[in-house]
Amino acid sequence: MNSTPARNTKVMNRFDLTSRLIAKLKHEEAVVGGIGNTNFDLWAAGHRPQNFYMLGSMGLAFPIALGVALAQPNRRVFALEGDGSLLMQLGSLSTIATLAPKNLTMIVMDNGVYQITGAQPTPASSVADLVAIAIASGLGNSTWAADEEDFERLIDQSMSTAGPTLIGVRIDDKPGVGTTRRDPVQIRERFMHGLGVREPL
Amino acid sequence: MAVAEVQASPQAAQQTTWHGIVLQSLKRNDISLVPYVPDRVLTTLIQNLHADPFFTTFPAAREEEAVGIVSGAWMGGRRAAVLMQTSGFATLANVLASLVVPSQIPLIMFVSERGTLGEFNYGQSLVCRTMRPVLDSLAMEHHTCTRLDEFEFIVDRSIKQALTTQAPVALILSPLLTGGKTFDK
Repeated sequence: MNSTPARNTKVMNRFDLTSRLIAKLKHEEAVVGGIGNTNFDLWAAGHRPQNFYMLGSMGLAFPIALGVALAQPNRRVFALEGDGSLLMQLGSLSTIATLAPKNLTMIVMDNGVYQITGAQPTPASSVADLVAIAIASGLGNSTWAADEEDFERLIDQSMSTAGPTLIGVRIDDKPGVGTTRRDPVQIRERFMHGLGVREPL
Repeated sequence: MAVAEVQASPQAAQQTTWHGIVLQSLKRNDISLVPYVPDRVLTTLIQNLHADPFFTTFPAAREEEAVGIVSGAWMGGRRAAVLMQTSGFATLANVLASLVVPSQIPLIMFVSERGTLGEFNYGQSLVCRTMRPVLDSLAMEHHTCTRLDEFEFIVDRSIKQALTTQAPVALILSPLLTGGKTFDK
């Protein structure tokens, strides 16, 4: 049985899209990468001090990014999250819709599988539409990117939108390209330096 | 004289009630972001936080989500705390062990304690028994607050210790302090 709803969206690649996003960042924008492949590809796209890589706490990329956005309303904050991760915190979409930070752009990398654990399908893969869920959660500015060019256009557009943006991208089932160095204190400290919160010792 | 007394009374109440002490201690320590998952016992505190423009306070759908939000806020330079009840704490072992403790994030939690001293729901009393073993297994600082006369000392010192040592703290609000939730139906 394959009842995946028809979508006019190209299947893209996580590392390629992450690299396209990073290439656009010129103003020390914060980027929070969700657990697993999402932050591995963020690491591989080129380490920046404004990147935060999650080593655990599956599902919290959007809540962590919301916290950064509330702390620094003048800095653009991006959050990269996998579909399986987002399924763990669908409630956070409503929290974000209620607080409506102007400086938050969320990207959902949707391949329909838990790639890193053996590519098992998620419970949502053949029945649910995560962008439709986001819209129904109150995030009206939620869209599937049709292709790479459309993804870049939606990123550009989100930077001047007066509310949170969610961009869904369909991706292939390739693993992440790099591997984040698993040093949680350094990751957190570098991120704080990158955000100008504190100076190195 | 009578007018002065009436005007002074709300402030006096803030100093002499447990929830007034929490609110004032948060303010004194510049903690302005307070997500919560509510509890009956926390009702007045939550109302007063909403009424005070110093605070950005809002409900989260899950305690774990609130912990993610305050972790991000702290990394972005804004101090924050989370309010929850015992059963909410029971959902946090993963985020504490995989984000808060290893990243050295000074998470400040106020946990309204249910499940003891007159609990009427057996499940709640069992959930309550999981809380301190989880805190102890991660060597997390925690205090069970029972007395109003020492409450401000505990709250203010614990907040300062969390921030300066970059370590989380759980302040457990005992029914001995708050009155707890009573079986009235």
